Amino acid sequence: MAMPTFTREEITHLGELSRIALTETEIVRMQGELNTIADSINKVQQVATADVQPTANPVPLEAYLRPDEAEKPLTQEEALSGAPVKEDGMFVAPRILGEE
Amino acid sequence: MTNATEIVKLTAAEMGEKVRNGELSSRELVQAHLDVIEAAEPTIKAFLKVSSDEALEQADAFDKLSADEKAAMPELAGVPIAVKDMIVTKGIETTAASKILEGWVPPYDSTVVERLKAAGMPILGKTNLDEFAMGSSTEHSAFQNTANPWNTGCVPGGSGGGSAAAVAAFEAPLALGTDTGGSIRQPGAFTGTVGVKPTYGGVSRYGAIAMASSLDQIGPATRSVLDSALLYEIIGGHDLRDSTSIPAGPRPAAAAAREGARRDLKGMKVGLIREISGTGDAFEPEVTAHFNACVKMLEDMGAEVIEVSVPRIDYSLGAYYIVMPSEASSNLARYDGMRYGLRVMPPAGVPQTAANMMSATREAGFGDEVKRRIILGTYALSAGYYDAWYGSAQKVRTLIIDDFNKAFEQADVLVCPTAPTTAFEFGSKIDDPMAMYVNDIATIPANLAGLPAMSIPSGVASNGLPTGFQFVAPQQKDEVMYKAAAALEAALEDSWNGPVWQKMNTPWLDGLGA
Repeated sequence: MAMPTFTREEITHLGELSRIALTETEIVRMQGELNTIADSINKVQQVATADVQPTANPVPLEAYLRPDEAEKPLTQEEALSGAPVKEDGMFVAPRILGEE
Repeated sequence: MTNATEIVKLTAAEMGEKVRNGELSSRELVQAHLDVIEAAEPTIKAFLKVSSDEALEQADAFDKLSADEKAAMPELAGVPIAVKDMIVTKGIETTAASKILEGWVPPYDSTVVERLKAAGMPILGKTNLDEFAMGSSTEHSAFQNTANPWNTGCVPGGSGGGSAAAVAAFEAPLALGTDTGGSIRQPGAFTGTVGVKPTYGGVSRYGAIAMASSLDQIGPATRSVLDSALLYEIIGGHDLRDSTSIPAGPRPAAAAAREGARRDLKGMKVGLIREISGTGDAFEPEVTAHFNACVKMLEDMGAEVIEVSVPRIDYSLGAYYIVMPSEASSNLARYDGMRYGLRVMPPAGVPQTAANMMSATREAGFGDEVKRRIILGTYALSAGYYDAWYGSAQKVRTLIIDDFNKAFEQADVLVCPTAPTTAFEFGSKIDDPMAMYVNDIATIPANLAGLPAMSIPSGVASNGLPTGFQFVAPQQKDEVMYKAAAALEAALEDSWNGPVWQKMNTPWLDGLGA
């Protein structure tokens, strides 16, 4: 697969996907930088042939279960201690839907 | 012993011994370091927060323990430590050097901090880093630049520049770092200190702010190999709260370091990694020269030195800069302005929705390098590119692990320079992401393969800046590198008539003491 080139439309779209309201200046600069970075990392495809198994964790472990014992969780007050806005023991979020 | 300058120049092991035999109290140790911090910080700026009150309280609590209680504690009991601000501390502001977390006071302790507290080790404060540990110079901190104590016009390396600089400048005898692609080891090389990345899973990551979860590892930053070994044994070992934590105790690092200090390496096979053993344009000649002199010392102590090849190591940088941003883009999704950290509402005229609030918050709260990596990672994980990029990078990890396994059939421990250069000047690479990235060429492979690795000072170049020598050991054989490194450290200190820091000017220590 050839090296995909970052277009400004793609960077705008990636900004939306990752919930970052990128400015025009940032989009332009990032386009140049990402294409340079992409050039140098794209060569991983040369050796990643179909017969090679992927590695997700370099130190594979067998999954195990914790003992099923209750632990003391954070109190409601502690859990809310960093909240930007809170009310009646709850996080306050802006509305989910738009104007309509 | 009341002179702060004399006290802070001891090794952490010596401090622990003086506490045990009653020559020094933990409070005296903490106070001496707070004095140095006060004198050094206007120049060095290693700390984002100094927790003086908490540290003195912890010291007093330790000093009040009975002799029996103290005797049952680790050798470093009572010795203070600095903690990278990437590791959460209950009740002490933790920011990851990001505006998005500015002011956040964690309601819980990381596992490593719990273990430090249980070991009676007061926490002096939180050290500076590149924002979310993304960088190699600490210039990406949202708050301040940390200076290299050897030359304050140069960077201390990164991302853990604060921890390394604090230890080098005698502001702390010990520090914790996190290492995803070299963030403990490269700052170690740049500041003439020891930096260790244990085997992946050897130290619990619970409470370490996640950057790239399959690469991140907490480890020691110190001024001696034995100090790193003693600290690693306190923080290491199984933790049920981290599913990647190896279900075993820490490796016998301190015994290995003490054995190494006897400078007998007969029977040990040392493998020079051909592809990154200091040849080629990327390596400064003096880095290579110091590396070669160290290899000769290892040989003189009885080690058998051979050359080994890790042929696919050339693909590490590419694999790293796919895996790391991919995992980071996912891990950093949690900073959404909802439950903790910064919240910025969208500008007037834009619908005041949750989604727009998140976009405005993340735009305002993240710096350039963090945004760059989130965008790159989001791309690498998106439909259509996942197989070509993330999938390929994961396959390259397999190939690099295979290469290392073959190399370890021939050698017990591998060596190469830690970084291709000495510390660079502020601003010299900040506008060129690739130039910054290639500085980690020799440290990244160990993270991809989950291997333990450490950097120790190998000399001081004619520009007055230290160089670093790296050991890489097989998984779960951390002790092998501690032994070899302690031997080399002893031989080097013999040749220098003392520790490498004797060659460093410390104007901030003038006038302290008596």
